Amino acid sequence: MSTNIWIWIAALLTLAIYSFLYKDNIVYKIAEYLLVGVSIGYSIAITWYNVVIAKMVVPIRDQHNFLTIIPILIGMLMFARFSKKHGWLSKIPISFVIGWGAGVAIPLQFETSIVEHVKNTIAIPWFGGNILLLVNAIIIFIGVIATLIYFYFSTPHKGVIGKVANLGIWYIMIAFGASFGYTVMARISLFIDRAQFLLHDWLGLIH
Amino acid sequence: MNFWIRISDIDRRWIYLLMAIAIILPFFVNITIPIRISPPTQDLYTYIDTLSPDSGPILISFDYDPSTQGELTPMAIALLRHAFSKNLHVITMSLYPTGIGIAENITSDIAKEYNKIEGRDYVVMPYAPGYSAVILSIGEDIKNTFATDYYGNRTDTLSCLNGVKNFEQIPIAISISGSSTPYAWITYGYTKYGEKIGVGTTAVSATSYYPYLRTKQVAGMLGGLKGAAEYETLIRKFYHTKGRSMATIGMNSQSMAHIIMIILIILGNISYFAIRKQNKRSA
Repeated sequence: MSTNIWIWIAALLTLAIYSFLYKDNIVYKIAEYLLVGVSIGYSIAITWYNVVIAKMVVPIRDQHNFLTIIPILIGMLMFARFSKKHGWLSKIPISFVIGWGAGVAIPLQFETSIVEHVKNTIAIPWFGGNILLLVNAIIIFIGVIATLIYFYFSTPHKGVIGKVANLGIWYIMIAFGASFGYTVMARISLFIDRAQFLLHDWLGLIH
Repeated sequence: MNFWIRISDIDRRWIYLLMAIAIILPFFVNITIPIRISPPTQDLYTYIDTLSPDSGPILISFDYDPSTQGELTPMAIALLRHAFSKNLHVITMSLYPTGIGIAENITSDIAKEYNKIEGRDYVVMPYAPGYSAVILSIGEDIKNTFATDYYGNRTDTLSCLNGVKNFEQIPIAISISGSSTPYAWITYGYTKYGEKIGVGTTAVSATSYYPYLRTKQVAGMLGGLKGAAEYETLIRKFYHTKGRSMATIGMNSQSMAHIIMIILIILGNISYFAIRKQNKRSA
């Protein structure tokens, strides 16, 4: 059994959280609020030292980089939102963020998520003679077309369109099934981690 | 018929108990379920395995917080053990303020196993805000992005970063995350700078990244605890790594829990249809 006090605290908090599985109780509530409080406090402390001190104070105080003052002042205009009279000033930093964000993100995301994938779906190469890869490519090609047609609502889903749309539903359902299976695996993995922590790190019952 | 009604009305706490037993029991039974290596894991392993200490440091970004560390920490440990076994230099960082402590803890722990020295063999970067801006900034100049490391040492004085300016000298950046940050690495790292991207992700998110594997925008992927166990298997086989293989140990429990889950889903469905049939008859 561990003699480390922090392991004990973590183990007891883990058990406190799992006590919810029996029923909601005060011990669970305490652990839950503690988690929220500590997470926020920790994030604020990290942000204070790594952002406010490192990116704002140090450049001006130690490196005499006074140009840093300009973005700091623009950023501080966000706090104008607390005033009804001067709230409009917060639109200035927001416009910078949206303008920069959209300018950088749109072309890159279009290239990453649309162009590359469309190219990869359209081209069905011979895959060096590997018939299984070719079959995979055909399945994906049909799946993309069928799913897109299912989400095409400008034409009634009747006749050929209806049949292809139905095929799209099958593809979507299989995708949901795969996602659900992975989700089950993920949730169980988290419990496995906690079980290992309790049995190995805390109680020392397994090696 | 009463049996099926009782099954559908069972107190869910019995299911929790059953699941807990199914997960805990395999820890005490010595069974080894063979682990088959999936292509995305093999691809990531093979790429890192082809690197040499002269290839430049690999970058591992711990883009997660404690809520998903059960799945993701075994991946991070396996990747670090592989890198240190090959004497590769390593840069670790996090795009999450709550992930930076995890990054520092794990990196320094695994570095101790291999007698690696901070600053010479590896460097831990501090948290920097704005994940897209950080990735883009690393693409221009990593020492400008992080003027100091986690411990406050100036990055331009660290021998680990000698000759390293940007992604051109970093052969691969691996984002370990349970959220969409690997997507940001692909968008801003791969598309903008052509950086090779590896992904370690929770099982929930794994399906989202398969399309990127197909387009080769992602060099390899570890999906969930299974991906971590596969990587542990590879490094144990080829590098005889020491230390606990957390993911591999957990795979027996994972398999047992899946069997229980499948049985419960089948029972639940039979119960549903049996009750519906009974209701139709009585109506």
